[in-house]
Amino acid sequence: MADREERRFAEVSRESIKLMAESAGVELGDDVAGLLAEDVCYRLREATQSSSQFMRHAKRRKLTVEDFNRALRWSNVEAICGYGAQDALPFRSVKDGELYFVEDREINLVELALATNIPKGCAETMVRVNVSYLDGKGNLEPQGTVPSAVQSLSDDLLKYYQQITRAILGEDPHLMKVALLDLQSNSKIAALLPYFVYVISGVKSVSHDLEQLNRLLHMVKSLVQNPYLYLGSYVRSLVSSVMYCILEPLAASINPLNDHWTLRDYAALLLSHIFWTHGDLVSGLYHQILLSLQKVLSDPVRPLCSHYGAVVGLHALGWKAVERVLFPHLPAYWANLQAVLDDYSVSNAQVKADGHKVYGAILVAVERLLKMKALSLSQPVEGGSSAQVGSTMGSTGYRVSSPGLSPPPEPLTEAALGIASHLQAGGSGCPWEEWTPVPLPAMYSELYSFFGDSLAVRFSTGPGKGNYAPCNPSQVSNSRKEPSGATSNPDTTRKMPQLTANLNISPRQDGSPRMDPHPPSLAATGSGRSVARASSVQRSRSSSSRSGQRSTGLSRDVFPKARFTPPQTGPPVFSFLIGGRQMGRRCQGRRPFQTTFAPSASLPIPPRAYTHKLPVIGRVGKPVRRWTCSHYSLHLPL
Amino acid sequence: IRLPVFSSAHAHFICKMAAVQGGLVDAVEEKTIKSEPVADATANNSANDARAPSSSPGSGVSPGVNKPAAGAAEDQQTLLAVLQFLRKNNLSESVEILRREAGLPEDSLDQKGGDSTGTGLGGPEADGRTDAGSLLSRVTVSSSAPSKAVAEDQPDVNVVLSAYSQQGDPALYEVYYSGLKKFIETVLDCHRAELSQVFYPLFVHMYLELVYNNHENKAKAFFEKFSGDQECYYQDDLRVLCSLTKKEHMRGNETLLDFRTSKFVLRISRDSYQLLKRHLQERQNNQIWNIIQEHLYIDIFDGMPRSKGQIDAMSGSLAGEAKREANKAKVYYGLLKEPEIELPLDDEDEEAENEEGKPKKKKPKKDNMGSKSKKQDPNAPSQTRIPLPELKDSDKLDKIMNMKEATKRIRLGPDNLPSICFYSFLNAYQGLTAVDLTDDSSLIAGGFADSTVRVWSVTPKKLRKVKSAADLNMIDKESDDVLERIMDEKTASESKILYGHSGPVYGISFSPDRNYLLSSSEDGTIRLWSLQTFTCLVGYKGHNYPVWDTQFSPHGYYFVSGGHDRVARLWATDHYQPLRMFSGHLADITCTRFHPNSNYVVTGSSDRTIRLWDVLNGNCVRIFTGHKGPIHALAFSPNGKFLASGATDGRVLLWDIGHGLMVGELKGHTDTIYSLRFSRDSEILASGSMDNTVRLWDATKAFDLETDDFTAATGHIHLQDNSQELLLGSYMTKSTPVIHLHFTRRNLLLAAGGYNP
Repeated sequence: MADREERRFAEVSRESIKLMAESAGVELGDDVAGLLAEDVCYRLREATQSSSQFMRHAKRRKLTVEDFNRALRWSNVEAICGYGAQDALPFRSVKDGELYFVEDREINLVELALATNIPKGCAETMVRVNVSYLDGKGNLEPQGTVPSAVQSLSDDLLKYYQQITRAILGEDPHLMKVALLDLQSNSKIAALLPYFVYVISGVKSVSHDLEQLNRLLHMVKSLVQNPYLYLGSYVRSLVSSVMYCILEPLAASINPLNDHWTLRDYAALLLSHIFWTHGDLVSGLYHQILLSLQKVLSDPVRPLCSHYGAVVGLHALGWKAVERVLFPHLPAYWANLQAVLDDYSVSNAQVKADGHKVYGAILVAVERLLKMKALSLSQPVEGGSSAQVGSTMGSTGYRVSSPGLSPPPEPLTEAALGIASHLQAGGSGCPWEEWTPVPLPAMYSELYSFFGDSLAVRFSTGPGKGNYAPCNPSQVSNSRKEPSGATSNPDTTRKMPQLTANLNISPRQDGSPRMDPHPPSLAATGSGRSVARASSVQRSRSSSSRSGQRSTGLSRDVFPKARFTPPQTGPPVFSFLIGGRQMGRRCQGRRPFQTTFAPSASLPIPPRAYTHKLPVIGRVGKPVRRWTCSHYSLHLPL
Repeated sequence: IRLPVFSSAHAHFICKMAAVQGGLVDAVEEKTIKSEPVADATANNSANDARAPSSSPGSGVSPGVNKPAAGAAEDQQTLLAVLQFLRKNNLSESVEILRREAGLPEDSLDQKGGDSTGTGLGGPEADGRTDAGSLLSRVTVSSSAPSKAVAEDQPDVNVVLSAYSQQGDPALYEVYYSGLKKFIETVLDCHRAELSQVFYPLFVHMYLELVYNNHENKAKAFFEKFSGDQECYYQDDLRVLCSLTKKEHMRGNETLLDFRTSKFVLRISRDSYQLLKRHLQERQNNQIWNIIQEHLYIDIFDGMPRSKGQIDAMSGSLAGEAKREANKAKVYYGLLKEPEIELPLDDEDEEAENEEGKPKKKKPKKDNMGSKSKKQDPNAPSQTRIPLPELKDSDKLDKIMNMKEATKRIRLGPDNLPSICFYSFLNAYQGLTAVDLTDDSSLIAGGFADSTVRVWSVTPKKLRKVKSAADLNMIDKESDDVLERIMDEKTASESKILYGHSGPVYGISFSPDRNYLLSSSEDGTIRLWSLQTFTCLVGYKGHNYPVWDTQFSPHGYYFVSGGHDRVARLWATDHYQPLRMFSGHLADITCTRFHPNSNYVVTGSSDRTIRLWDVLNGNCVRIFTGHKGPIHALAFSPNGKFLASGATDGRVLLWDIGHGLMVGELKGHTDTIYSLRFSRDSEILASGSMDNTVRLWDATKAFDLETDDFTAATGHIHLQDNSQELLLGSYMTKSTPVIHLHFTRRNLLLAAGGYNP
């Protein structure tokens, strides 16, 4: 017995054999059982020995159950099923009974199915190449690419992680800047991504501290901008953290002195940035975001700051989101808002101030909606497209005119659908109600009924408005011919600088994000700030203008149709403005228009075209420019 | 032997049984076949030639000649044994046919003599073969040795084992053995090492005899007492042995059958042998003497006894060393003359580089590739020794590309090491079992444990399928870019998955023209895949057990495979049955490689030997022993002169094919070596291992040695222990075993492996 143990033989005792025989209903004598036991041991050893060759040829060090089963199969013995799992099988013993068994726990399928953690081991097999040793030289460290998900943390990385988080959440603003900058450009932190994402998900626990929230958001921004990180499914987690900052009634907002509005603005911009740069990593993200924003908006119980967040979020996601969600909800929402704004009681002062914020945000959003919509209508005309833009703007209008303005197609599987189709058809299984685009004039008049002059006034800066005599819908068809005449008017070119500036930004914001290495809104912290500030300035202006308008109720009837040209004339007007600004006074006429629009029209390769170009290998759906890194490509100039 | 009335497998089986019977008969007649396992003793040229030297040592057999030169009588005997067996089993029809084919007279069974021609045996095989006819007409299929077939057959095993039954008193075994041990320990130092070789085979056979005669406890005691004395490199076999404690266990144990059916070969100097013989006779130690007579083959040589180091270098295989005669046959290791290819003058690159590109182009190429294109290498086989496929236009283009690349090749050396690129297979979950790269490094393929084969494009060029037949009809066949037009752009992707096998894929190989891919699998089949349509074209069935490796010939068309059934097979892509079967290994064939001139194949085995086989006649022309573990990597040097082999023992051994000698040992790896590759100009040898390293060795220096006549004649080698000097670099990966290595045409080293977290 002793020598047996020394040789580490498999040993099946006589008693075990007897027990097994009994369970099969056979009585065995001692000698028979003994013989059988010995034979079983021998066969076991034999099978083990022959199974090792399967391991060797599979170029593994670990003998698997699979190997053993193959050995059994080739010696005409039935394979043993049920132990094929990759993980080690825990071998348990029960002390009192001297019983040893392989643990075989029951699995709750429901739990398994609803588990949120993504199981490992489902990624596609891929090949990556890297130059390990140039000219046979190189550091003596092991070289190789390692997928982020499975890499184990080295001490260095752990130290880095601690330093970075300490710096970002610490007191020293300078240190924080350095840390953020490094986070944004470090190529070796893939393994830390889950940890950072976890830290960021801590927003929920620091909702009282605006400063901390702000820092966490900056951390998100740095991670998102790091070109070496593949966010993958972590996008969802990041988005939910950002959404928290946008939508939740943060503890910090109880104190009116806290400027949580800026935080929400920033988070909204961040959200749109994540969405435009990484939205393709998670299918259906766009609809999920819209849905949750809509839910908040339509929930009257929510505080106004949440509503504000929803509005700026929609605004940041682009005018189509505004048109899609905010606009249809406006009538219902307006009543509530109006009630708040109309309550002049002292106890309501704080709420009323919040209400004004919301009001301003909505105003900014719808303003851009109108402008962009008008612009999108103008494009087919500018592009020389012969398509008649009828009074009902059909979906075809969008499709032809503004491919770059629609969000990128989300999953590859949907790529076959029309570009604008998820907006119109509501995407795949979109839960919300049927939605039909509202024609621009109707939209304008409806919005005007809410905002009155404060809306109108935003389309009429400067004295040039006189040029635009109120034109009736009947004049529409004539005015289509006007653009060339209008452009030649040097006055107008100078007239609406503010508006043109807005326009200049918006198409890029809405355009294919992949074209633009630095989405303007977030290209740098500074610019992000400035945009946020600009919007807040506008907001304050709008609220003030509104109060002004309230006092002068008279102008209400005069301005509306006068300021804003009805739908069909919309195109000439807006295109003209842009042309004027861009080209200055030197170029005039139709030509300049086309060239002027070149930038937005040359955002040109619709996102879908890129998805074809993306190398399929490894299925890493990263933005295009990342594929230029040789790291991701299999190609080596040999 | 193929008997027309039987299916091939059946026929082999019969032959096999006949052979066993024959072995018995032979044993009785004292004219036993000395060297080869009994399983090989079928009537065919292969066994014949390999055996020939032993029956007539030093008779200067001219090998590679396609006739039974020597040993005709023995051949005859084997035939008679087969006939006897057939007759005994009332297979009169087969008897008739075989007799007629072998050209034996009617009464040949009673009378000894007559004449047989080897070609006659292969006759029926050649029927119906049109292509490669010249090759096939000379076919002499070696008998497969499916020892499993034997194992299942009880009477045969008993025949095999019966030799153990007549032995004497078990109690005395220990006495005998320790007596011998004492004697050997007291002899002169110079003889001790040589005589110590006897211990292991004696120990094994005595143990088996004890077990066979039901002295279980005695056997255990014997094992306990003496197993510790054995050389450490026999540990694996000892482990198998010690699990065997009952007579019943012996049935079906392959290791045991190997021992019984093959004689353990020892090389001992005459002096030492005399010493041993005298001792045993003085002591009347018949027990041991009988075993030596029956189960051991002692290859006696004249001269100085070998040192311990020399012996250790060569031993370790399952059946002892190779006999000196086994490695005497002439091997045409030279390269074939490169076909003359006119470099197109209108080539743009050419003109761009220099005006008179042609003469200048050719010269460096000649320098690089040695003397191969100028005049016929005296060691090269004749151009038509085996029929090779004609070069297609695309092949010529590829050759031109190759030459161009060759001019840009980096000259490697100890001071100029290659850069290494690593292809990591991610998310393979320990399932990556084989990798191959095309010669031009444009495609990489992986075989996986989940039965799939995946092909990736390594260049930006995507993999595309050919259009469907209907679409192909629409194509303008006259257009210049017709080759481009037939491809279906819609199917372009970085990788393709080939489904078809039903077991792990253990070996894959690209065809030289990149149109085909071979894969061998645990399911016993080899599949040929088209890389144009990415579909399976042929499933070659023949190995009924897992096929561990397969490789295309460097000239395409032929391929070789080897597996668990211990038989390597040579195939042609357009024949569903093998053209040659190379049998002789005593355990699984673990890897197979083609010689650069396509005239030879080399196989490595779990029996720890390497065998070189002649494609032309199926003979085994070299047996290399010295590895202490199953061989998992083989590589010919590009000039065809040398062979490198790597095994589970972590050592790389270098062999001189012409002389049949071990010329070097490279120690450094700590785990199984799975890949070996020479740089394009043979300056550097790269080895990749399970220990997650790539090591580079100075091949120029390793092979820079003069083989003197004495060494060549005696086979006594003196190895320097200079691994450390030859090791040029050791490069680690991140927990990624290196299972494939490849030098690009410009000498960039590519390595591949699956990342194992």
